[in-house]
Amino acid sequence: MFAQSDLQTLLLGRLTLDAIPYHEPILVATFAMVALGGLTVFSLLTWFKLWGPLWTDWVTSIDHKKIGIMYIVLALVMLMRGFADAVMMRAQQAISFGDNAGFLPPHHYDQLFTVHGVIMIFFVAMPLVTGLMNFVVPLQIGARDVAFPFLNNFSFWMTAMGAMLVMASLFIGEFGKTGWLAYPPLSGIVASPDVGVDYYIWSLQIAGVGTLLSGVNLIATIVKMRAPGMTMMRMPIFTWTALCTNVLIVAAFPVLTAVLALLSMDRYLGTAFFSNDLGGNAMMYVNLIWIWGHPEVYILILPAFGVFSEIVSTFCSKRLFGYSSMVYATVVITILSYLVWLHHFFTMGSGASVNSFFGITTMIISIPTGAKIFNWLFTMYRGRIRFEVPMLWTIGFMITFVIGGMTGVLLAVPSADFVLHNSLFLIAHFHNVIIGGVVFGMFAGINYWFPKAFGYKLDEFWGKMSFWFWTIGFYVAFMPLYVLGLMGVTRRLSHFDDPSLQIWFQIAFVGALLIAVGIGSFVVQLAVSYVRREALRDVTGDPWGGRTLEWATSSPPPAYNFAFTPRVHDTDAWADMKASGYTRPLGGFVPIHMPKNTPAGFVIAAMSAVLGFALIWHMWLIAGLSFMTMMTTIIAHTFNYKRDFYIPAEDVTRTEDARTRLMTNA
Amino acid sequence: MKLFPVLSRGLRALPLLMLGGCNTVVMHASGDIAVQQGKLILVATYLMLLIIVPVIALTILFAWRYRASNTKATYTPDWDHSTQLELVIWGAPLLIIIALGLVTWISTHTLDPYQPLRRLDAERDLPAGVQPLEVEVVALDWKWLFIYPEQGIATVNDLAAPVDRPIRFHITASTVMNSFYIPALAGQIYAMPGMQTTLSAVINKAGDYDGMSANYSGGGFSNMRFKFHGVDQAGFNAWVAQAKASPLALDRPAYLALEQPSKKVPVQRFGTVTEKLFDAVVNRCVDTSHMCMNQMMAIDEQGGMGRNDSVARPQVLVSDPSGEQNRLLTKPYVRADVCAPEKGGLRQAAAQQVAASHLPN
Amino acid sequence: MNAPTLEFAAVAPEPALQQTASKQFHVLEHHPENGTLLGFWLYLMSDCLIFACLFATYAVLGHSYAAGPSGKDLFDLPLVAVNTSLLLLSSITYGFAMLTMQQKQMRATLIWLAVTGVLGAGFVTLELTEFAHLIQEGAGPQRSAFLSSFFTLVGTHGLHVTCGLIWLVTLMVQLGMHGFSEANQRRLQCLSMFWHFLDVIWIGVFTFVYLMGSMA
Repeated sequence: MFAQSDLQTLLLGRLTLDAIPYHEPILVATFAMVALGGLTVFSLLTWFKLWGPLWTDWVTSIDHKKIGIMYIVLALVMLMRGFADAVMMRAQQAISFGDNAGFLPPHHYDQLFTVHGVIMIFFVAMPLVTGLMNFVVPLQIGARDVAFPFLNNFSFWMTAMGAMLVMASLFIGEFGKTGWLAYPPLSGIVASPDVGVDYYIWSLQIAGVGTLLSGVNLIATIVKMRAPGMTMMRMPIFTWTALCTNVLIVAAFPVLTAVLALLSMDRYLGTAFFSNDLGGNAMMYVNLIWIWGHPEVYILILPAFGVFSEIVSTFCSKRLFGYSSMVYATVVITILSYLVWLHHFFTMGSGASVNSFFGITTMIISIPTGAKIFNWLFTMYRGRIRFEVPMLWTIGFMITFVIGGMTGVLLAVPSADFVLHNSLFLIAHFHNVIIGGVVFGMFAGINYWFPKAFGYKLDEFWGKMSFWFWTIGFYVAFMPLYVLGLMGVTRRLSHFDDPSLQIWFQIAFVGALLIAVGIGSFVVQLAVSYVRREALRDVTGDPWGGRTLEWATSSPPPAYNFAFTPRVHDTDAWADMKASGYTRPLGGFVPIHMPKNTPAGFVIAAMSAVLGFALIWHMWLIAGLSFMTMMTTIIAHTFNYKRDFYIPAEDVTRTEDARTRLMTNA
Repeated sequence: MKLFPVLSRGLRALPLLMLGGCNTVVMHASGDIAVQQGKLILVATYLMLLIIVPVIALTILFAWRYRASNTKATYTPDWDHSTQLELVIWGAPLLIIIALGLVTWISTHTLDPYQPLRRLDAERDLPAGVQPLEVEVVALDWKWLFIYPEQGIATVNDLAAPVDRPIRFHITASTVMNSFYIPALAGQIYAMPGMQTTLSAVINKAGDYDGMSANYSGGGFSNMRFKFHGVDQAGFNAWVAQAKASPLALDRPAYLALEQPSKKVPVQRFGTVTEKLFDAVVNRCVDTSHMCMNQMMAIDEQGGMGRNDSVARPQVLVSDPSGEQNRLLTKPYVRADVCAPEKGGLRQAAAQQVAASHLPN
Repeated sequence: MNAPTLEFAAVAPEPALQQTASKQFHVLEHHPENGTLLGFWLYLMSDCLIFACLFATYAVLGHSYAAGPSGKDLFDLPLVAVNTSLLLLSSITYGFAMLTMQQKQMRATLIWLAVTGVLGAGFVTLELTEFAHLIQEGAGPQRSAFLSSFFTLVGTHGLHVTCGLIWLVTLMVQLGMHGFSEANQRRLQCLSMFWHFLDVIWIGVFTFVYLMGSMA
């Protein structure tokens, strides 16, 4: 029927052997490592016969706690990749001066800064935030699971499949060379005819579906499933920030979906949205992507604010100062985050009044943010502060973040932005707020809630090591970039001529190495804690003297979270219960209604990953087949009406009795 | 690993870090606009330090004073509200933002790059009757083209202007977005295809300054740099004369050749330039077979030209940003000849009228 | 995508058990409200934002004809009027389906749903005819930014209607299999919201794209 080449094109599209970068030693070595690691994991799973449990207990699980943990594992794996990219960029910039071209040609370097940004935002920060919200929110509001447990599993797998596509681009083809927001015309088909931008589009589209649905899910959970007595103004601050974040997700991610869809229409169908010649307008893309992009940074930072609020009041053994002003500040930030997007492109020629308007709205956001900082400060005031690891991260955050906030307001002054935009000052600023805010917040949160998830605390020594190396590493790595920015050095350069700049890049490289030690310490912390888990064991379920409901149940919590749904009388529900003489119920358990596991989410997500891959490589036949399979699976899934079951009262009794024995033996 | 030498060099450089920020091109610029922008950064920083310093100090103080081991410190576990304090913590940032907002509004309007300059520097007003030097800037893949319409010359990757004479840059790009940035002179403005931006500036001190593209634009981006010479009038005349002496002419074919992607491009000078070339670049019709964008927009404003087959879809060999591979791609454009009488359009008369007033030379 | 159905009447707690649970801190069995309708409404709002972006794109690019045809040259208003009435009518027939569902009349419900489906399919068919005609005339989405944004906006709506049709057929089969179960009623309600939502979007498309485009 077909000539050989026709058949090949039909099946493989534009994928040929040339797409495999076997001539790039760095990539070959990386591939060898990944393959070796993968093989090891594969053999270990097979040897210990863990494939079954992995499938039934994790992959198909709709338990919000397990999904939360899987999100965080995904984020940590992707952190390693994103950080490796960062170290390579720092190394390149530290040596590539004058005649030395460094070890990365522009072709590779330009992919690195693009993929670093995409991974760190979409596949590290987002899953960390979503994972933490997934794990904590239902526990904090006294619910048994989220509103749509199946969707939750599906959302996770969509995010994971998006991440997988990004990883695939490392070894099959290439990633975009456009910067993390892929402005056209650079990302258009003429300037970027290769698969890079298509990998970018489809990995973000697939992950974006997951993010959006998880946003819908958590809003419905928080609005509908709170324990009796928990009015809106009695919700823990973390739940409040989670609610606002998810509102932002639902109101921002569709814009990203739409704008990426338009870009893919331009690339695949030859439409004329963003190219000039047939009347298109690239400014449309820039506006739309930032209408998503600015709320996105608040999507990341608000939950971190929530984490700090919980930690500050717990480790100061004190009620949070200014609960209601904290709530209002969060809501105000949520609304204002939609009125500032233009500050990302003051320099694209808008008029003075427009620029001033967006500059001033941006500054106004610093008022509620400032109020939050003061609230944490006055929670510390007259408290009894225990400097455990989560509290260290919090104090590190408070000092680091205000510096980032200050440089952020500087960038919001349009005339100042004209000299700072696109400079390394800008790079230093957003790493200052994202590392100092989001990353510190997530490490604080992981250290704080780890005992809840696994039943034992994380090792303190290695936790402190990780904290100090991260913090000092951050300052050493990014303060030089502030200076370089003021020296007029711009971003995304792979080579420099002026030798006087080199020392600053070398210092920054040392900073990156210090952060590497910080990440290493965190990995060691996990390993050491696992080995010492009996010594670190917590049987009370409340290792820190917590104040919110998640500490009322056992660690790790049973599948059903609470044997009886708690009744809430105060903002700090658990502190209130402890103070007014709470006794744990020991009997009288009833059957508990729970959702059932299902493989549908994984299958649909896997099919969409195949679809994405096929579209990237123009494998139209496979694209069609995977699309049909995906649709069929979705429809078939709707025919499954038996999605829930009852945990019998005897099982609940058995679980609760086991906990009672543990607590009395301890 | 040569970590230790690097580390010790790093340690020696640490005191520099504090001073480093103050003695840089952005904070010590040579053009009045950039000087004012640098000052603005300082003013805004001082304003914000009013609140940042107390916050950092209080964080450290409270952390120390209320540590758990210090049992002498007051402990009020249920104290969680104070109206006076709330007023202060919302009010103080509010006041600072009001001040900063005023500074922002005023500075954004006085430093608006589209406005003609009102002064030479802090001491000197603009002398009456001084016309700004017009410079047309085109960001190409990956070099800068500067056209001097008054002088009738053009250069690649080399820019000069007389000290203390206002300059007015008109900026565009050929394919992708770039940003035109000379840190010592003034803040950056984007260069975007099919669009024209403007930057007003003046250089007050003679010298050779770095200029660059600040916005990543593809494979040759890192070397998309040029020198900006601030020179006295005699020096400027000599610089112009040097260009004038060049036998090269920048006509349409020469521009189309120049437009092709290239990296690390040396300085080039053109003794003559086709008139209104920059307009043609902005309107994407240097190639005369393409309809100019302003002409197209004028036609569109009157409701288009009805059904016609005016779009050409040639297969063009383009090189990707890395410059490594050439590919055949469709680059559609509207043909300029659809307005020609023999073609006949729905609103032909109107189109012709518009075309007559907009056609480039 | 629905939450566990809540049929708890079977588990009536014994009075003795009730006493063991402290009144202050526990409820014996708490049944949170079902969040499906809220969740689906949130999804619709996010979908609405996608349309908002497409409308905004159309507003910006809708007059960039690239020296080609404008809406006035292309739109066949009578055809669009027929199209619009089909879709509006299908919303009414869906409303009848919901009414008969409340009265638990399976046959009538299925008939009304079928009528809705036929009207919806007619709408999609007419739209595809219009598209094919335009493309044949050389006024496809690649012709100009105006046509790119026109095809994307209208096509996205059409795609939604097509998805709605697949959903409708699936749901009719499920109604036949499981009757008016709580889950099926909820699904009918969700589809109802979806269908009316598409109607509202279409009114926007009809007004801003077709009517205003033909007058300009």
